[in-house]
Amino acid sequence: MSADPIYTEMIIEYSRNPSNFGKIENPHIHRHDSNPLCGDSIDLYVNVDGNKITEVKFDGKGCAICMACTSVLTEMIKGKNLEEVKNFKKDDLLSELGLEHLIKTSPVRIKCALLSLKALKYGIYSYFVDKMNDTEAAGNLKEEAASLY
Amino acid sequence: MQSTTYSLDSIRSDFPVLERKVRDNKPLVYLDNAATTQKPIQVIDAITDYYKNHNSNIHRAVHALAEESTEAFEATRGKVAKFLNVADTREIIFVKGTTEAINLVAYAWGRDNVQKGDIVVTTEYEHHSNIVPWQLLTQETGAELKYIDIDENGELMLEQLDEYLATGKVKLVAVSHVSNVLGTITDVKEIIKKCKNADAKILIDGAQAVPHMKVDIGNLGCDFYAFSAHKMLGPTGVGVLWARKEILEKMRPFLGGGDMIREVHKYETTWNDLPYKFEAGTPNVADVICFTAAIDYLTKIGMDNVRNHEIELTKYALEKMSKVKGIVIYGPKDPEKQGGVISFNFKDVHPHDVATIVDKNGVAIRSGHHCAQVLMEKLEVPATNRASFYIYNTKQEVDVLIDSLDQVAKVFKL
Repeated sequence: MSADPIYTEMIIEYSRNPSNFGKIENPHIHRHDSNPLCGDSIDLYVNVDGNKITEVKFDGKGCAICMACTSVLTEMIKGKNLEEVKNFKKDDLLSELGLEHLIKTSPVRIKCALLSLKALKYGIYSYFVDKMNDTEAAGNLKEEAASLY
Repeated sequence: MQSTTYSLDSIRSDFPVLERKVRDNKPLVYLDNAATTQKPIQVIDAITDYYKNHNSNIHRAVHALAEESTEAFEATRGKVAKFLNVADTREIIFVKGTTEAINLVAYAWGRDNVQKGDIVVTTEYEHHSNIVPWQLLTQETGAELKYIDIDENGELMLEQLDEYLATGKVKLVAVSHVSNVLGTITDVKEIIKKCKNADAKILIDGAQAVPHMKVDIGNLGCDFYAFSAHKMLGPTGVGVLWARKEILEKMRPFLGGGDMIREVHKYETTWNDLPYKFEAGTPNVADVICFTAAIDYLTKIGMDNVRNHEIELTKYALEKMSKVKGIVIYGPKDPEKQGGVISFNFKDVHPHDVATIVDKNGVAIRSGHHCAQVLMEKLEVPATNRASFYIYNTKQEVDVLIDSLDQVAKVFKL
């Protein structure tokens, strides 16, 4: 195995026991996304109160990297303000799991790691645009999501 | 290898890429041959030689290079015909791959011969290239698409075909000769017999068969047969459609353009003879010509030897793999009943995680749905891992794979 580990204890553990796994009925934000080439497929559900994220859940199927990163993302955004979450960067998520090296070492697996962040950014974008009618608040989230990987 | 003239060592020395080191200096163990095979130096040299010494367009100009290229291009057609025991070279049509060959049939034959109320039959273990063209055709014409299901051994339940054929509405049965995921060898002789009795046409996707076993189209009795060069040591971008002359003659062209015409007037055109009627535009001249070197290479080894080598490796791999902790192997699990393809999963471990771990050891296997999502649905998995063998693979390489799989079991604490 190479110097940059992927399958750490933490990742295996999260993939076995994902956090916030499940579904929210009629959520404020719902986004489905998938990586067609590798088969990761998730649904992200978010409820907000005013600007604050009160509840996050996800379900779906994916590899260990996808499951672990999605779990960590849900943990990170719970209780945060949408404004804060909007500005989340790739590294904010990847560094939580020690996966920053994937950006350079594995253009394939980085998609597994960032699928949930992409879904989240798209989800918040459509929440602002479609539900709140606030394109200004949505900013360039859509472009950002599209160019994550 | 059972060959008298070729040892496994000498075969391996013909493949420059097998000397490569990958991922922290690990020797490459290439087990993704069902996706594409590596190329021997003979094929690589042929491509260089063509561009260095002969490059020209074909079939039209009268200068020396054009004549050389045309002759070499047509010689490959002859090689392919001989390789498959086809008597008439006009039945060999060069396309860019199996996918294009099947689409050609779906468009140029299907649109004129399949109507509302008719049935097209395919199977659960087809590659998308033998499903999607038939979906397009049946959706457009109002015909119905039916599937032959697979049983728990990954073999076709042919009694379902009997039911479909009994309706008298089946126009075409499209089936792969060897499954690209499970490796299952289809009983094409039996299917052809059934189709003949019911007056249904039969198309065989031979992408995973022609590279790995002797295929005698002359005596098989099907109507269409498709395969690709790059899965049998040849270059990418070359495929073959074989079809009966009587059928090809009645078919309208697929693509219109240069080379496929006899005379073009403002409002009407007459078609060129077979096979050119189906080869519009400048074909992939260089790669078709170099395909000859691949066929020569396989012919020298002998297709029976190729098959025997793969049976031996598959047997060895199946035995060892079945002992890996937490593994689930799909398909017949019988080297006599399958090609050199083994699909597997680990309980609760995503195939991409498996592929990443074995890749760190230099082992190239494929993970994903293998363009066979209908089959994945049937197996109730999002994806599988697949190891697939070819003439240059060794038992030592299988051992490296097995060690890597043990590592997966360890990492995921299975």
